[in-house]
Amino acid sequence: MIEVSKLHKSFGQQQVLRGVSLTIDEGESVVIIGGSGCGKSVLLRHIIGLVQPDEGDVKIDGQSIADLSERELIKVRRKFGMLFQSAALFDSLTVEENVGFLLDREQTMSPSEIRGTVADALELVDLGGTQAKKPAELSGGMKKRVGLARAIVYKPQIILYDEPTTGLDPVVADSIDQLVIRMRDQLKCTSIVVTHDTRSMRRVGNRVMMLHHGEIHANGTPDDIFNSTDPVVHKFVNGIADPKDLEF
Amino acid sequence: MGRSADNPLKDAFASLGNVAVLFLDTMRSIFAKRFRFRDLIEQLHFIGVKSQSVVLLTGAFTGMVMCAQFYIQFHKVKMDSAVMSVVTVAMARELGAVLTSLMIAGRVGAAMAAQLGTMKVTEQIDALRTLATSPVDYLVAPRLLAMLISLPLLTAEAIAISMVSGMLVAVYLLGLDPVFLWSNMVFYTGSVDIWMGLIKAFIFAGIIATIACHKGMHCGQGAEGVGKATTEAVVAASISILVSNFFVTLVLNNLLIYQE
Repeated sequence: MIEVSKLHKSFGQQQVLRGVSLTIDEGESVVIIGGSGCGKSVLLRHIIGLVQPDEGDVKIDGQSIADLSERELIKVRRKFGMLFQSAALFDSLTVEENVGFLLDREQTMSPSEIRGTVADALELVDLGGTQAKKPAELSGGMKKRVGLARAIVYKPQIILYDEPTTGLDPVVADSIDQLVIRMRDQLKCTSIVVTHDTRSMRRVGNRVMMLHHGEIHANGTPDDIFNSTDPVVHKFVNGIADPKDLEF
Repeated sequence: MGRSADNPLKDAFASLGNVAVLFLDTMRSIFAKRFRFRDLIEQLHFIGVKSQSVVLLTGAFTGMVMCAQFYIQFHKVKMDSAVMSVVTVAMARELGAVLTSLMIAGRVGAAMAAQLGTMKVTEQIDALRTLATSPVDYLVAPRLLAMLISLPLLTAEAIAISMVSGMLVAVYLLGLDPVFLWSNMVFYTGSVDIWMGLIKAFIFAGIIATIACHKGMHCGQGAEGVGKATTEAVVAASISILVSNFFVTLVLNNLLIYQE
């Protein structure tokens, strides 16, 4: 269970999060939407402890992580898998070494077992046979899928997706959505997807939260959000620009 | 940004403190053996083997030019055969460690800062942390340990090659007697001189690797951030080497030279 309470974060003069509170139950698939720069990724980074809050708290399975040291956070992060917006593959390692990175570090499996587990994870994301390739040889969509394989290979309890479909063509974006749904259904893990892709939101989320001006502005099922009469939510899900933004 | 620009001294001390914290954390990681041996070997190869040409050229030409310059002065007072002893002592105590460290700060320190900086801006360091891996254990510890091992050895190599090259210039170019040169050189150069150079190199190794890794891991955004971090790493490491060299010399003189 993930509990975020009254989270505040500023970068210099810019106040990004202004008292965000939310709860995500085990096994839920939650989508966090919001405009560009509204703090979605910052919120996600707080949940995994990559960023320390100015105020407020984040609890993972009842354990507060806001004041933990980097070394203490390592144990907590073992519960998580994260797919980065840029995939963030280690460019000096092969696909196999990237996906098997944590398994190799933990040394609880033999090299042949690691190879087998990595091959299974790559099959799950439809990238079997790419083990020897370097990240530079992969397309954007393939990188995301390798990043996903790396995030799921050690079977985490919680998977975080930071804009998984951004920058991909609609067909590849659709394949990533299908993979997110497959992970959700097969691994039965908690999923948190940060996106501004409304089509993706409707498909992968059981619950949708909208972040606006550093706060949770709306919270409900995908249908609730799509049918919302709230002007901010309505404009966002229907892609309607504010007339003030159109004045050049 | 504005606040740090208003307090450059405070900013400098904060930066120094962060470097010290990183150094201590990395030393704990090294003693706890949290790094992978394979990464250490890779770094030893990168720092030690791939720096050979730079170190050999630096050592050789410094020894040669010092020999040529000292000869002019020593010849005036009929002390030609003391040329090599001065070259050797100067190289062993000071120039071997300082020049080798400056060259390594330029070649290896810049590469470390650029590599870690690129990893930072492409979120690879964050990815490491999400994979329950400390960047200090995985990235900094093997680099610092490899530097601590390699730089004293490279310094010893630079001192040795400077003696050989200086001797060649003295004998074949300046026509000095090799027997007198050799006997004076051996007589006036003690093991304490070599130790002084090696201890300095060990200290400078810690300075270069820690500053380079710190600058890389805390670089700004984009290509500009990586470029700035790389430049700052080389400048900060070079200045730190030159400044700390004076204080280390005072301490080592007290500990090694005056105690004799």
